[in-house]
Amino acid sequence: MRSLFRFLLRNHFLMLFLALEAISLTLMVSFNDYQRVTFFNSSNNLVGSVYQRFSNLDDYFSLGRTNARLAAENASLRKQLQYRIKNQENYPINRPDTVDAPAYVFTSAKVISNSVNKQFNYITLNKGSRQGIKQDMGIINDQGVVGVITNVSQNYSTGLSLLNKRLLIPAKITTNNYFGSLVWDGEHYNTADLNEIPFHVIVNVGDTVVTSGFSNIFPDGIMIGVITKYAVVSGTNFYNIKVELSTNFKTLKYVEVVQNTKRAELIKLESNNIKE
Amino acid sequence: MIKDFGKYVIMFVVLVLVQVLILNNIQVSGLINPYVYILFILLLPFTIPGYFLLGISFILGISIDIFSNTPGIHAGATVLLGFLRPGIAQLISSREIIEKGNMPNMTQLGFASFLKYIVTSVAIHHLYLFIAEAFSFGDILETLLRWILSSIFSIVIILASQFIIFKK
Repeated sequence: MRSLFRFLLRNHFLMLFLALEAISLTLMVSFNDYQRVTFFNSSNNLVGSVYQRFSNLDDYFSLGRTNARLAAENASLRKQLQYRIKNQENYPINRPDTVDAPAYVFTSAKVISNSVNKQFNYITLNKGSRQGIKQDMGIINDQGVVGVITNVSQNYSTGLSLLNKRLLIPAKITTNNYFGSLVWDGEHYNTADLNEIPFHVIVNVGDTVVTSGFSNIFPDGIMIGVITKYAVVSGTNFYNIKVELSTNFKTLKYVEVVQNTKRAELIKLESNNIKE
Repeated sequence: MIKDFGKYVIMFVVLVLVQVLILNNIQVSGLINPYVYILFILLLPFTIPGYFLLGISFILGISIDIFSNTPGIHAGATVLLGFLRPGIAQLISSREIIEKGNMPNMTQLGFASFLKYIVTSVAIHHLYLFIAEAFSFGDILETLLRWILSSIFSIVIILASQFIIFKK
């Protein structure tokens, strides 16, 4: 026993190095299971408030651009509203329906930290559980899909950005409604791969790719991007499709968090199928 | 001693903030990500005890990790650097310079030795970092390219900062 201690003491530098390296590796590997380590990420309050402060300062430099985008979005919403009112006039009975509450609720939030240059990119938002943000809510903005919330603290939340190879998004091609799954290619911040589209489907460059709504996270038909290239991979039955993302992740500022109010019900119902 | 302690604490905070708020946002075609915060480990006195060096390296790495959502990646890289630093120091200069209680900076080591010291340390740290980040040997060429370009960028920033501080 004593010689063991003496050995440890003599080699304490090496031993400590090995111990700390082991801790680091454990953290690295266990984080693959992406919701487990909740302390070591930027949704924790101290880190959140540092980012918040810096982001408040940074905001002044982009006020003009942000205003222009908000104005453009207002205009497009107003245009849609006009059509909606016109359509409703065609129906003789026009009563608000209280039975069918809206399935999706939107909360606006500000991006206080974001990266595009890692292999696994994350977003930090300035709203948390106090503002009703929960795990597995979708994040979108006026341009398209942004990501999914994974960790929530009282006032902040972090999520996987679409630019994270761990995030798969069920997506479909609007021209033919064939669905597949979209995942980032890890190379450039505005391209992703659409997988699982069988090659008997006719695909064109320029086709729009939107969310399919099968994940219960995003509503149906949220813009993802446009097909720029496709090829048949030899030996498989699927296309290799490149999609140019509509969301510009480098200028991300304000986003909306989407809550599917009927998600719990859907998951419960669908889990019955598995049991049977 | 107390004054030095305060100096190092301020340096730690400044380097971490500069890294996470400014340098982490520098993205040139996704290939260049400079990591300059390791300057803190490199500037610690040569006489610092080994266990202390490793402990500080780990704390520095984990601080960067918490801010950038990469648990363990930076901590592993900085601990490796802390472990190898005494060896690197012996390689680049004679034993007397280190044992006289000199500080590892440009004025005391001389430009050539200091450059060797920085280049070796940055290369080791960045290599661990980018391999751990990619977590696969799949796109090994891209990872290597990223390693070389980012290392050059980090070295330039570190040298520039040293010239500004020690210009007298």
